[in-house]
Amino acid sequence: MIAALGLLAGVLLGLFLQPDVPVWLQPYLPIAVVAALDAVFGALRAFLDGIFDDKVFVVSFVSNVLIAALIVYLGDKLGVGGQLSTGVIVVLGIRIFSNVAAIRRHIFYA
Amino acid sequence: MPDRTPDRTPEPTPGAPVPDGRTRLLTALRRPGSRAQITVALLLAVLGFAAVTQVHSNGRDDRYLGARQGDLIQYINNLSLASQRTETEIAKLQETRDSLRNDAESRRTALELARQQADTLGILAGTVPAVGPGVRITVSGSPATLGTNQLLNGLEELRDAGAEVIEINDKVRVVAQTSLTDTPGGVLVDGTLLKAPYVIDAIGDPHTLSTAMDFTGGFISEVDDVGGKVDVQQRDRIEVVSVRRPGTPTYAKPTPTG
Repeated sequence: MIAALGLLAGVLLGLFLQPDVPVWLQPYLPIAVVAALDAVFGALRAFLDGIFDDKVFVVSFVSNVLIAALIVYLGDKLGVGGQLSTGVIVVLGIRIFSNVAAIRRHIFYA
Repeated sequence: MPDRTPDRTPEPTPGAPVPDGRTRLLTALRRPGSRAQITVALLLAVLGFAAVTQVHSNGRDDRYLGARQGDLIQYINNLSLASQRTETEIAKLQETRDSLRNDAESRRTALELARQQADTLGILAGTVPAVGPGVRITVSGSPATLGTNQLLNGLEELRDAGAEVIEINDKVRVVAQTSLTDTPGGVLVDGTLLKAPYVIDAIGDPHTLSTAMDFTGGFISEVDDVGGKVDVQQRDRIEVVSVRRPGTPTYAKPTPTG
């Protein structure tokens, strides 16, 4: 309940404040958002599996975001930032799909 | 990330049915929540905030903000190439415009020149009406004595005095080819029979023209000799409306000059 309210609050806050993304954050924010989404879906799946742990969730959330940003940063330094960003997005996308499939099996039994 | 760490919340009492995912979710949604839920709520709020911000900033045109150096260089190259092309085109178009303007100007000048020449030649050839200061000479006398001789001399003297346009009786324009013939009824000028009194309109300097008529042995005394009378009026405005149809020379051809 509170979790859902928290998500809603975050969305509303973003809509009302409409903050500008700082320049240094711009290449990382989209990747970070996708990584966080991956962590959230993983957590939801773990919850439905009955193995959810909030500490693990926090760690996985933060580390997902940090690693994604790190990969992009590294890619930028190596001159393959665009390609590496695409790779990260693809991998995270695949994981999100598999997690959502598991969640779907739990909720709809299908 | 599927976190496969064991759930630390105490399992339901052994023997009770293990709740499946759906019931667990529904229960969690109904309950106000625990410490874990608050943590999750915080992180989800961060996620929602970040996602909305990103979506919002993505909607704006910030193609160049945060672009990589290589991309920026590419953009600059493209832009400078495009501007170079455009500048070349502008220069070419300006050149075309200038040449067209020059063309039009020279054509206008040529046209102006040709028109002036046509006017001059038209006045000389008697093909256009003319107006200007001059004299009106009225010659009256008996048709038996007053004729070609006197008129011809009078015309000669007018020409000598610089008359540019001459007309007789408002009917016949006197030009280079004009011929005069005596007939019993009067004088035949270019096929038109004119009767006394003869009115000669001449455009030129009025003073010079009238002086040319009036000297010893000149036109006036000649007409006097045959019993006629000459009246010379200087006028500021003499209008000559009769024209001569231009004829195409049959035998003469212009010699190439220069």
